[in-house]
Amino acid sequence: MPSEPSPLADQPLKFEAKNLSRSFGHGKKLVEAVKNVSFGIASRDIISIVGQSGCGKTVLAKMLLRLETPSSGTLSFNGKPIGNERDAREHWRSVQAVFQDPFSAFNQFFTIRSQLKSSFKLFKRKPEEEEMEARVDAALMAVNIKPKEVEGKYPFELSGGQMQRMLLARIFILRPQVLIADEPTSMVDACSRANILDYLMKLKQELDMTIVFVTHDIGLACYISDSIFIMHEGEIVEQGPPAQVTGSPSSAVTRQLLDDIPDVHRPWIKRGALD
Amino acid sequence: MKLFTSLLRTPSFVLGFGLFFATLLFALLGPLFVHVDVSTRVGLAFTPPSRAHWLGTDHLGVDMVSLLIAGLRSSLYVGFLAGTVATFVGTLIGLYGGYKGGLIDDVLTVGTNLFLVIPSLIVLILLSSSIENGRSLTLIALIIGCTTWTWSARAVRAQSSSLRGRDHVSLARINGYGTLGIVLLHIMPYLLSYIFMVFILQTATGILSEASISMLGLGPYDSISLGKILNEAIRNEALTDGAWWAFAPAMVLITVIVFALYIINTSLEGVFNPRLRK
Amino acid sequence: MSSPIFEVDNLRAHYLTRFGQKIQAVDGVSFSLKAGEILGIAGESGCGKTTLVSACMGLYIPPLHLSSGDVRIEGKSIIGMNVEQNRRDILGRKISMIPQGALNSLNPTRKVKDLATDMILSHDETADKRQVHARLRERFRKLGMPADDVLNSYPVQLPAGMKQRVVIGISTLLDPRVVIADEPTSALDVSTQKAVIRLLFELMDQGIIGSMLFITHELPLLRHVSNNIAVMYAGEIVEMGTIEQVIFDPRMPYTQALMGSMLSADSGHRDQKPVSIEGAPPNLAHPIQGCRFAERCPVARPDCKENQQVIRIVKDRQVRCQYAE
Repeated sequence: MPSEPSPLADQPLKFEAKNLSRSFGHGKKLVEAVKNVSFGIASRDIISIVGQSGCGKTVLAKMLLRLETPSSGTLSFNGKPIGNERDAREHWRSVQAVFQDPFSAFNQFFTIRSQLKSSFKLFKRKPEEEEMEARVDAALMAVNIKPKEVEGKYPFELSGGQMQRMLLARIFILRPQVLIADEPTSMVDACSRANILDYLMKLKQELDMTIVFVTHDIGLACYISDSIFIMHEGEIVEQGPPAQVTGSPSSAVTRQLLDDIPDVHRPWIKRGALD
Repeated sequence: MKLFTSLLRTPSFVLGFGLFFATLLFALLGPLFVHVDVSTRVGLAFTPPSRAHWLGTDHLGVDMVSLLIAGLRSSLYVGFLAGTVATFVGTLIGLYGGYKGGLIDDVLTVGTNLFLVIPSLIVLILLSSSIENGRSLTLIALIIGCTTWTWSARAVRAQSSSLRGRDHVSLARINGYGTLGIVLLHIMPYLLSYIFMVFILQTATGILSEASISMLGLGPYDSISLGKILNEAIRNEALTDGAWWAFAPAMVLITVIVFALYIINTSLEGVFNPRLRK
Repeated sequence: MSSPIFEVDNLRAHYLTRFGQKIQAVDGVSFSLKAGEILGIAGESGCGKTTLVSACMGLYIPPLHLSSGDVRIEGKSIIGMNVEQNRRDILGRKISMIPQGALNSLNPTRKVKDLATDMILSHDETADKRQVHARLRERFRKLGMPADDVLNSYPVQLPAGMKQRVVIGISTLLDPRVVIADEPTSALDVSTQKAVIRLLFELMDQGIIGSMLFITHELPLLRHVSNNIAVMYAGEIVEMGTIEQVIFDPRMPYTQALMGSMLSADSGHRDQKPVSIEGAPPNLAHPIQGCRFAERCPVARPDCKENQQVIRIVKDRQVRCQYAE
């Protein structure tokens, strides 16, 4: 469960953004997906970026992943500006991701195993064939899947929960410093959701990973985060530890987000005539 | 397998494939049953069909059946070669531009559009007439391929650009795949059925283009093609002589092949694209 | 009290695979709905929820087949007619389904109003296009949607929440007595979800639709949406009762496990650690003799796997567990 908020001062920042913006199109059709945001993400923290669809959280995550280039502002990783490395793979060795829809995240023309094995492309020196096999097996075991279960299987032959764990198995192989998790639970059954969150905690605790968790569900974010960023229309409108954000929200957006989650213990919406 | 059975249940595919297969058999196996000889005069000019020569003779007295088989073989050869070239060039440019986006895509699109507005038939005519002596069948096919690829480039680019934002492409990128690897392993497989359809259409276009320029008298110097048969028939006034057998069968053959390829294409679209299946 | 408008009576449906295998995807499901009632159906993916939808609509398209049972709307059976007849007389008029993300699978080059007209015309060939448009406009206004804007746009121009509301507006245009909502909000963010649920309530309260079957794997949502809840597992209803009974006092171990896996945003309950249910639902291609949940059940006893489980009444609700109390 969320640990004490880590003091930013005495820990090196993994990511640091200053006046970061990203816009698409130009003229009348200009869309500012991310507007002038500044933040720091401390090492070994779990940060959640929470907001409705279209609030810019996915674009922000893609910038951290170096899949989108900022329009203005600076974004640095471990003190060095992102995008200056000669080889982009350098960045991806340290920063990796799991995506929302595990089915569309894998190529349906290759077996799961071969795709997991292709992760070794990122390594500076590719391990021996046997070692690669052993490490894939170990990663599968880490997400509680018997290697035999997926032997020779293609993505469409597995269930959603299993596929999401395959994306996580990739992370256990690559062991990056930072994991960007973009809505990893939204396509998963409610009853396996806790499972995915457990794996994220495990990655943090066992492999010292920094995790950026992107979600529209503030309730979910509370469970695992050390700090929460609330995003709305491209801006970070509130940030702080979960207890503070949910306990005494300072922005109307946060209150709305909290209000909109259906929870069994709280009133949500009532039906007019029948009640 | 499932795809194949559902194709066999599509009447238009069966018709198109049947027709195309029949013309292919006629071209490939014809020489085994009929003695093909396009250089010997076997009778007088424009002899009407008879038992010895089923479709009569042309203006020189050469057996029409022999001419048709030879012409069909060259037309199919030109079609496949031109189709392959056009699909290959167009697919490469389309895949690359669509995936890369941004400036590279803009430059490639403008380039493609420039090629597209140049009427390819006129380029063909100019090129063909300027290389009078070396106008071989293969050269003509290559010229056709090099002027018709624009269409496939545009079609493939649109598809490739729609795939570029997909999660599996992002995953491939952060997995360290380079542009070539992503385009060939993570985008092209998703478009194979589409590219196959493009190939079929480009083949049909190739056959038609060859027939057009040959009919205008700019056909290959070294072989007979269906378009060239039509050209010879017109030049030697088969029409005014009432010698229908000198041009009608060639016309029918061209129409049948192109028609068959077109309906194969539409029926494949119905099977590959589930949205149209309903 | 009024008589039920939707009755499902011991419904069983199976798939026949190409290799002659029989998969009993829906097994002995019974419930009834009165006017104004919403029944929530909860379960994991693969529990037979989606098959239940087709089975309830009387839509048996091979490989899905009816094994036995009956479905009645306002007392009349809708089972046993061919698909054409069902499409013409039953679907849309008597019973209608709200699918998830439906507008994404439709032809993107046509305007919303044309898509809607196509759908209506497929049920009623004699309908006049202009009348349908007028009716759509009137209905959308009545439901508080910007009718002209929405109807004249293309699906891609609408945000996800509006798309789903449009789908709902279209599928209830012929005032169906029963509506089946299959995960209508699972692809939406929490705020949009709320707007969609409001719309469904509006439809019920205005009497446009009679009663509703609401299918989702989100228990917190069901708690606010439905009157009663049926929990489905491996093709069977394993527990059915009111919200109070099923959500706050579950008796069947499976329902208890589902509740335990739930996350709560409420400050008072946030510290309870959610627990996932390990394992996967059984393969229905092989007949199962005993309790279907026994493999994963934390409190299973040896004879659970042998005894066939029947519905018992425990504390006023139906439970399919011999040891529940």
